[in-house]
Amino acid sequence: MKLLRLAPENTKFPFMRFRRVSYPFSAVLSIASVLLFILHGMNFGIDFAGGTVIEVRAKSGHAEMATLRKTVETLALGDVEVQAFGNEADATLRFGLQDGGDAAQQAAVEKVRSAVGGDYDLRRVEVVGPRVSGELVQSGTLGVVLSIVAVLTYLWFRFEWQFAIGAVIATMHDLLLTVGFFSITQLEFNTTSIAAILTIVGYSLNETVVVLDRIREMMRKYKKMPTDQMIDLSINAVLPRTIMTATTVFLALLSLAIFGGHVIRSFSLAMIWGIFVATYSSVFICSPMLIYLGLRSDENDKAPEPAPSKPAKAARAKPKAA
Amino acid sequence: MLRFSKWKIIAVLALTLSAIFVVVPSLVSPASLQAISKALPEWAQPRTIVLGLDLQGGSYVMLEVDKASVLHTQVTNLRDDVRRILREEKIAITGGIGAQARGVQLRVPDAADRAKAMPKLRQLAQGFGAARMGGAPPLEVREGEDGLIQIVVTEVGVTDKVRRAVDQSIEVIRRRVDALGTREPSIQRQGDDRIIVQVPGLQDPEQLKTILGQTAKLEFRLVAEPGASPSETEELEQTEQQGKIGIEKQVMVQGEDLTDAQPGFDQRNGEPVVNFRFNIRGAQKFGDVTSKNVGRLFAIVLDNKVISAPRILTPITGGSGQISGHFTVEQANNLSILLRAGALPAKLDIVEERTVGPGLGQDSIDAGKRAAYVGAGLVVVYMLITYGVFGIFANLALFVHIAFIFAGLVLTGSTLTLPGIAGIVLTIGMAVDSNVLIYERIREEQHGGRSILASLDAGFNRAFATIVDSNVTMFVAAAILYFLGSGPVRGFAVSLALGILTTIVTAVTMTRMMIAAWYHFARPTRLPI
Repeated sequence: MKLLRLAPENTKFPFMRFRRVSYPFSAVLSIASVLLFILHGMNFGIDFAGGTVIEVRAKSGHAEMATLRKTVETLALGDVEVQAFGNEADATLRFGLQDGGDAAQQAAVEKVRSAVGGDYDLRRVEVVGPRVSGELVQSGTLGVVLSIVAVLTYLWFRFEWQFAIGAVIATMHDLLLTVGFFSITQLEFNTTSIAAILTIVGYSLNETVVVLDRIREMMRKYKKMPTDQMIDLSINAVLPRTIMTATTVFLALLSLAIFGGHVIRSFSLAMIWGIFVATYSSVFICSPMLIYLGLRSDENDKAPEPAPSKPAKAARAKPKAA
Repeated sequence: MLRFSKWKIIAVLALTLSAIFVVVPSLVSPASLQAISKALPEWAQPRTIVLGLDLQGGSYVMLEVDKASVLHTQVTNLRDDVRRILREEKIAITGGIGAQARGVQLRVPDAADRAKAMPKLRQLAQGFGAARMGGAPPLEVREGEDGLIQIVVTEVGVTDKVRRAVDQSIEVIRRRVDALGTREPSIQRQGDDRIIVQVPGLQDPEQLKTILGQTAKLEFRLVAEPGASPSETEELEQTEQQGKIGIEKQVMVQGEDLTDAQPGFDQRNGEPVVNFRFNIRGAQKFGDVTSKNVGRLFAIVLDNKVISAPRILTPITGGSGQISGHFTVEQANNLSILLRAGALPAKLDIVEERTVGPGLGQDSIDAGKRAAYVGAGLVVVYMLITYGVFGIFANLALFVHIAFIFAGLVLTGSTLTLPGIAGIVLTIGMAVDSNVLIYERIREEQHGGRSILASLDAGFNRAFATIVDSNVTMFVAAAILYFLGSGPVRGFAVSLALGILTTIVTAVTMTRMMIAAWYHFARPTRLPI
């Protein structure tokens, strides 16, 4: 039986040559992500912004959006977002924090219930107060930062320090681009999205570690080879695996996005984006970083190579700016 | 590479079988599960996966003790205590006892009086809320100029009180929720001032909120007569009628003295009412008050609102009575639950609420299942067409891997949430990664010209280091997610972490065994990979 191969055999793709393109490209994307985040912002869900989401299903089997909107607007709850989703019986009502503290939030739900309860079932009610949402932001951010620090420490012990730095820069890159993704798509950002981001961090590190592992092995095997050639060789060697794994995870996520229901759709879409970015960054961001960080500079002293130490110094400050 | 001790093989097989054994009860229908569990002895009762509130429907409510109300009660009590001391010691003050945000202040102009008062006031600090061993005192007594004395509740004092209020509230809430008759509610303290109540499979979340959101402080007080001193009465809202009504401040009988409360119907007009019974002390007080005040209006005050104010027709000495207030059946029922469970020591605010209806929960399970089946199906087919016979091994390992995750969820009693299902679907992808790493390495080694056995050996050994490194990093992320996340995020982290742990067993050891067995059986001249 002829087996399927997505990756061609024995590739000799000069990945490292692309670093002159990939770095500016990624820098632009990262800056664009930050700008998008600042100027355009994210579609923060009630977990972070506070407020109320009520999911209703029409008892008649058909949600009348216009009447629903009109009914809810008379309740004086501020801006109420009424959206249809899924099949035609379902709708979500979303409104912000009410003046008057936690009791007012509860009163608002009560108002909606008595106004629409006759025609609609309230299938989901979520109310998050202002203080709780603030704490969720804090613990979410703390989680992302802590996991990066923990992983950095682990890699520092297991690998050379350049590897750890390269991996963390690649991860930050993926993180920024995911933030940009959330900003541009306006997918709802909630606690599940934090889970998505941390999983992207995990996947990104997983990718990076696999590539770095091979680089380390090749480094010991080919002591005389110039760093960029050696890295190219390593990446080409793991390329079939990279493509294979990215595809399987993509397939799994695709089925989540299509069949998993609306609650985890934004999670799955963000993760799909994350796989692409993580695969890209492990090859085009993390690996070239090793050259810039002067991996094996002592060997390079013995076997002279095309200007290895100059870019190393020039680039050292660059990743922080990018 | 190809030699396995018998014990290792048996261990892996036994582990696999027991995992499947543990998971099976979660897959059969509830009806047949009940039939099975009847036939089994106590120790062998099957356990099933605990479904999160997002899957089975239910309510999650986070309550927070209202610090301001705790402090207010504290200051009020403090003022009463100080007044009592001054009266006992016959100490004259200029002006009254002023209440401040965090305490009281008073002016004792006479130095001799001050000398007499200070030790007593300081003693108050010790008796106030049972001084803790060591640490800062809950009260601070300061002396200022012109005989000014300030008594301030310290931060420690407030925190202490709040913490104790949470402890007492948990007990009260437990009694209230139990009265709803739901199964397996969970009530936990969170931090210093919060309580999390989770009630799975609740049909009426509104009722839960109604009975959680009330302090349920019940008081019997006399309605003020015209011309009563304004300092001894206060205007309270009425629940039934518009407007306020003057009520005497003095509390005659309190809800604490109730021993029982049951919903019932008024024999005359058939309206729902709540019948209650007092303990001996309450019955005596109630008898005294009613016999002394025949003809007056007697107000039943719940949480500072007047429910009803019937006229005392005859002395009530039997120790039982009736509260009527044009209730609905449900209201009467709720009120009796509240009265039986007792009053909360402080006001509790609902700061977070997540309720999922049972219908939506079922929809989510269906969606999650569908996604898992399709995802797993795609991955299985993809592995098969990529790796052929080795793909079969990987798929078998994947099957056991999923069984392990579910067994882990059952045995640790972890909750399966919708994001948890997402985590499992994701680990399906990640588990395959380990096999892919191994297989690609084997291919590579074979291309490099190694013998079959050497390729297999090198493939497994070299890939193993990578698998460990990549999985440890993932695991670190999952662990942090678990410790910092809450609710659904935690569920996701648990699934992810379990998946990563079991990967090592299934993708590495099991696949290796299968390939070894296959090698002995097929004796290939070239690896089909």
